[in-house]
Amino acid sequence: MTQILQFLMLPLVHLIVALIAILTFIALNGLILVYVERKVAGFIQRRPGPFEVGPHGLLQPLADALKLVGKQLVMPRGADRILFWVAPLLSFAPVAICLLPIPFGPYLLGLNVNLGLLLVLAFSGLNVLALCLAGWGSNNKYALLGAARAVAQSVAYEIPLLLSVLCVAFTCGSLSFVDITASQTRGLLSWNVFSQPLAFLIFFVSALAETNRAPFDLPEAESELTAGFHTEYSGMGFGLFFLAEYSYMIVVSAVASVLFLGGWSGPFFSGHWWMLGKIYALILIMMWFRWTYPRVRFDQLLNICWKWLIPLSLINLLGTALIINLVR
Amino acid sequence: MLDKPSFSLDGDYYSSRFSELGKGEGDTLVLNLGPQHPSTHGVLRVIVELDGEYVRRAEPVLGYIHRMHEKMGEVKTYVQYLPNMGRVDYLHALAWNWAYVGAVEKLMGLEVPSRAEYIRVITCELNRICSHLLWWGAYVLDLGGFTPILYAFDDREILMDILQIPTGSRLTYCYYRFGGVSADLTETFLTQTRNFIERFKTRIPMYHDLVTGNMILRGRCEDIGALPAEMARRYGATGPVLRGSGVAYDVRRVEPYSVYDQFEFDIPVGKNGDAMDRYDVRMAEMEQSVRIIEQALNQIPDGPFINPDVPDRIMPPKGEVYFAVEGARGKIGVYLVSDGTARPYRLKLRAPGFSNLHVFAELAQGTILADAVSILGSLDLVIPEIDR
Repeated sequence: MTQILQFLMLPLVHLIVALIAILTFIALNGLILVYVERKVAGFIQRRPGPFEVGPHGLLQPLADALKLVGKQLVMPRGADRILFWVAPLLSFAPVAICLLPIPFGPYLLGLNVNLGLLLVLAFSGLNVLALCLAGWGSNNKYALLGAARAVAQSVAYEIPLLLSVLCVAFTCGSLSFVDITASQTRGLLSWNVFSQPLAFLIFFVSALAETNRAPFDLPEAESELTAGFHTEYSGMGFGLFFLAEYSYMIVVSAVASVLFLGGWSGPFFSGHWWMLGKIYALILIMMWFRWTYPRVRFDQLLNICWKWLIPLSLINLLGTALIINLVR
Repeated sequence: MLDKPSFSLDGDYYSSRFSELGKGEGDTLVLNLGPQHPSTHGVLRVIVELDGEYVRRAEPVLGYIHRMHEKMGEVKTYVQYLPNMGRVDYLHALAWNWAYVGAVEKLMGLEVPSRAEYIRVITCELNRICSHLLWWGAYVLDLGGFTPILYAFDDREILMDILQIPTGSRLTYCYYRFGGVSADLTETFLTQTRNFIERFKTRIPMYHDLVTGNMILRGRCEDIGALPAEMARRYGATGPVLRGSGVAYDVRRVEPYSVYDQFEFDIPVGKNGDAMDRYDVRMAEMEQSVRIIEQALNQIPDGPFINPDVPDRIMPPKGEVYFAVEGARGKIGVYLVSDGTARPYRLKLRAPGFSNLHVFAELAQGTILADAVSILGSLDLVIPEIDR
C-alpha cells in the first residue's frame, strides 16, 4: 500500500494521473453540461427540455455525442488543410493544462506551481489563436468575420481580466492557487469576494467575454454570422469546439471560485464538494444569462471593455495597492 | 471522369451585378445574407458589401418564393381564389382574406350582415396579435435573446387554438366569404377569447419587464435605423414602419372600412422612427387590438353571419375596384378589374412588406452588420408576401 502511494507521489506519475483524471473530468463535464444547459434552457423557456432519450432525457448528451462522432468530417474547398484541422485541437488541448494547477480540494491538486495563475492565463489565451485559425482556415466569410471578432474581443477583455486578477494577487501576495485558497480559509468573510467585490464583477464579466458566452457570444452570433468561426465544422470538429467552450466555462468558474469564493473552503465542511458546488453555481449563472439576455453589439462590447471595465479595474487596482501600502 | 461543376463560386447574376455597380475603394467583402440564413426569416436574400463590420451597401434580392399569386387570380374563379389569400401573408392571413373579399363585395355591392362585420373585426384583430407576437419573438431572437420567442409562442398557441374553432385551420385561414364569414362564432370561442384577453393583459407587462426595459436590447434598438417620415413616405412604407416615424396613418382610421368607426382605439406613433419606435408601436398596437376586441365582444349583435342573398356564381359587373385594409405589416390593397365573367381580368395585390423592405437598403448603409440585422428584423418582413 505504501509502495503504491509512494509510486503515486513520484512527480511524473502524479502529473500523468492528474492529466488523465482531468481529461476524464472534462469529458464527463461536457456530457453533464450539455444536459444541464438544455434542461436549464428548457426550464427558463417553460418547456421540459430533453425528455425522450433515457429517463428524463439523461442519455441525451450521449446520443448527441454519438451523433457528432458518427458524422462525416467535411472540409470546404479551398480551406487550409492543416490550419483547418489544427484549430479545433488547439482550442481543446490547453484546457487540460489550465485545470492542472487548480486545487479542487486540500489534496486534490494536479500540480503545485507557485505561478499557477500565470499558467492558466497564458494557456487559456491560446483559445483565441484557435478561433482565429479556424476562421482563417475555413475559407468562409462568416467564419472570417467571426474570427476577427473573436480576436478583438479576447484581446480587449484579457486586460480587465488580468487587472482584476492582479488585485487578488496583491492582497494575497501570491500567484499560487494553493496560497490564495489558504488565505481564504478563515471563515466566510475572508473570501476575496468581500474584500474585492468590484474585481469579482469585472472578472466575471470579462470571463463571460473570454469564453464567448452570451451576452458576449459575438464570434458565433448566429443571427448575423450563421455560426461564426465554426460555420464550416462538422462532426467532431465542431464537437471539439463545443467541448472546449464548456471546458473553458469550467476553467473560468474554477479560477473565479479559487480567487474570489474561497476555493474548496466553506462553512460546515471543507473539501472538493464545496469547490464543485461553487463551480457549477457560477456556470448556472452563466447559463441563466445566456437564456435571458439579447446579444450586445460589437462596438458596444468593446465600449464596455475600454470605457468601463479597464478604467474601473485600474482604479480598483490602484486603490488596492494604496490600501495594502497603508496597512503595511 | 467527372466534369467540373458548371456553376461558378463567384456568384450569380445578382452578385456579379452588385459588385459591378459599386466597385468601392478599399478592401471590401461582399457577403450574401440568405436566401438561407438565420436572420432573414424565410427566403430573402440580402447582398451586403462590408468594410470590416460596416455595411457599405446592401441590396435585397427578391423572388425566391414567387408563386404567381396575381396570375393565379386571373385564371381561377373568384371563389377558387379565396384560399390563396391565406397563403400570401401566412402571419396575418385574415387581413388578406378581408382585402380580397372586401374588394369583390365593393364591386358587387354586396351587403355584409352586421354580425359578420363584428366577427371579422374580432378574428382579424386576434390574428394581428398573433402576427405581432411572432414578430416580437423573432426580433428578439435576431438580437440574440433566445427565450422571448417561446413566451410569445405560449400566447400564440392559445390564439391559434381559439382561431381554429371558427376557421378550422391554424395558420393559413380561409374564413371570410363574399357577404360574410363561413361559420358563426360559438360560445366556446367567445369565452376562450375573453379568457385570453384577461390573460394577455397580464402578459404584456411581463413582456415589457423581460425585454423592453432591458439595457442591452435598448442599446440594440435605440437610434438604430432611424427612418424619417419623409423617407418612409417616399418609399411607400405603411403600417408600424410608417407609424414608428410619427405618421398616424392607419387605414382603419383614415378610410374606415367595416365597423371600425364604431370602436375607440388609439393609433400609437413613434417619434424618431428608429427600431425602438417600431418596437414600441407594435407592442402598443397589441394592446389596442385587445381594446378593439373587447368592445367588439360587447357590441356584437345577433343575426345571420353571412348574407343569404349571395349568388351561387360570383360574377361582379364590369368595372374596377380598389379596397384596402390595415394588415399587421401595413396597408394591404387589392386592385381588381372585372370584365363581367367568373374570373377577374386583372388582380393586383399591394403587399405592405414590399414597400417596407426597400427602406432597408438606404437605412442599412453605413451601419454595422449587427445593426443591419436589427433593422431588417424591425421591419417585420414576411417574404412570401413580398414575393407573392
